Amino acid sequence: MSSKVQETESWKIGDRKFQSRLLVGTGKFPSVSAMQSALESSGTEIVTVALRRVDLSGHKDPQADMLEEIDRDKYLVLANTSGAMNAEEAVRLARLAVAAGLPKWVKLEIHPDPRYLLPDPIETLKATEILAKEGFTILPYINADPVLAKRLEEAGAATVMPLGAPIGSNRGIETRAQIEIIIEQACVPVIVDAGLGAPSHAAEALEMGADAVLINTAIAVAEDPAAMATAFRMGVEAGRRAFEAGLSPARREASATSPLTGFLDE
Amino acid sequence: MSGWPGSALEGLPFGRTNTVAKFEDLMFGTTRLEELAEQARAETRKNFGKTMRLFAPLYLSNECVNTCKYCGFSKDNPIRRVTLRPEEVEKEARHLAQTGFRSVLLVSGEHPREVPAGYIAECVKRSVSLFPSVAIEVAPLETSEYREIVEAGAEGLVLYQESYDRAAYAEMHVSGPKRNFDERLGGPERGYAAGFRRIGLGVLVGLADWRRELVALAAHVSHLMKVCWRAQITVALPRLRPAAGGFQPRVAMSDRDFARALCAFRIAFPQAGIVLSTREPEKLRNGLMELGVTMMSAGSETEPGGYTGVGKERLHRTVRGREVALESSEWERAEATEQFEISDERSAEQLSAALRQRGLDPVWKDWDRALTA
Repeated sequence: MSSKVQETESWKIGDRKFQSRLLVGTGKFPSVSAMQSALESSGTEIVTVALRRVDLSGHKDPQADMLEEIDRDKYLVLANTSGAMNAEEAVRLARLAVAAGLPKWVKLEIHPDPRYLLPDPIETLKATEILAKEGFTILPYINADPVLAKRLEEAGAATVMPLGAPIGSNRGIETRAQIEIIIEQACVPVIVDAGLGAPSHAAEALEMGADAVLINTAIAVAEDPAAMATAFRMGVEAGRRAFEAGLSPARREASATSPLTGFLDE
Repeated sequence: MSGWPGSALEGLPFGRTNTVAKFEDLMFGTTRLEELAEQARAETRKNFGKTMRLFAPLYLSNECVNTCKYCGFSKDNPIRRVTLRPEEVEKEARHLAQTGFRSVLLVSGEHPREVPAGYIAECVKRSVSLFPSVAIEVAPLETSEYREIVEAGAEGLVLYQESYDRAAYAEMHVSGPKRNFDERLGGPERGYAAGFRRIGLGVLVGLADWRRELVALAAHVSHLMKVCWRAQITVALPRLRPAAGGFQPRVAMSDRDFARALCAFRIAFPQAGIVLSTREPEKLRNGLMELGVTMMSAGSETEPGGYTGVGKERLHRTVRGREVALESSEWERAEATEQFEISDERSAEQLSAALRQRGLDPVWKDWDRALTA
């Protein structure tokens, strides 16, 4: 038996190829160095940054220098529009991010409600339509709504990012049934975003056939963020390997007996 | 305590929601404080991470037409007064920005002639190029006036009711427009209608029975979360500090009760911001950093011109609405009189170091004006 472990399959967003299936957010960390070592241990290739914490004026404000702390040769920086309440605000932020030198990629987050941070489907679709025409690679954050996922895909979204549970809630995949439909129907990658609180949740998403997951809170507020990042990396990998190896479908009940049709075999 | 706690909401236009009931249970139930603190810390981390947002107040004017028993700016107090000119406000703002702040709170006494809405809007305009986030704490205004200020670039509105107890409110606010309880109570909703994104509520602890005040505040927060569902709500529980006029707080709230109140707010309203100002002493602020607080001020001056000394040459007293020059002997220590004495005197840099020491990342910028521009 060979001890060599094969890499999992690579995947693509638009034309860009990635090996890691773990995206990591950069908010909520206790320090810049904690964030940097967590990114390193996670093996991620894509990190999200909230634009409201970045200096968009081009002055390299030392009090808002999140971007300076991220190795942009190593990671694709995905700007997120959190704080935007509608399409107009999100579109404006996305354009400013490009003007400030960020890649033309945007994680579209439009949550008008500051409590549960649930995404506004109507404004998200509008913003996707506008930004797609401008050539953005768009990764919209959505509630787990299969029809919305298809509509966004048609509007030019590069992926869909349904939530497992509200941001920061650590509750795992509460929207499982809906996400299963989204995965079944999607022609673009499905990234489960938000609410995943443990590596087992990440593994579950990948086992279900999601292409990737995005984790922030669970890593950032862990006692040891770097160690937690490693754990998530392993969870993601385990889930993906299981998916590729072909999990047998789970059944709700045991199926050993056939009380209604058993007579046919007699 | 007959009728308690239902009576805390008597005469107020909001009801006792499930969240208010939860708050009461946390605040007045039997759960140990240590246990609440643990929960509060966990909720804060989940929702806000290991971070602390920093801001500074900038006083525009200490002129005031109200007589309020507890406030240093009260109309009849013989204090040194001045209203900064917009260019002086800009100078103060520049100083604060150089200190590192990216979030500022413009504060003023109430004086329709000296401090009209147009003046406040002008001061906001002078601040927005220096601060991604600008909030105001001024007298309640009409929706159209608020709109002018929002259009100038402000995104936050702070308007404390001071007291939700109508009797205590009437007793404390002796004369002036601030006597109008309902006008003030409706301010946050008018501000929301005008486009403010962050709304700060609070009670001034020490004016009336704080237990009832806390319940009323919780009910107000709960109410605003329904009617202003897009706004980020923040709460504060400033405890009265020594100020000109020498008012003694009616009801003291112990440090333990204060800490319990912050924890109870955090757990009942996990996503609300909680503000802790320099009114509280260093040791307490250090302890509370991890228990629910999400926004702190530092290095604060609570008088106009406090950071750079601008406006000095126009200091005066106001007697029956008329400006009276200072006595010549007074010019030696000539600076405007503060609203209250601050307690935690650490600079922004010192506070940041204390935050880092406790594993919290100081966040200066958490807003971009491009969002609302």
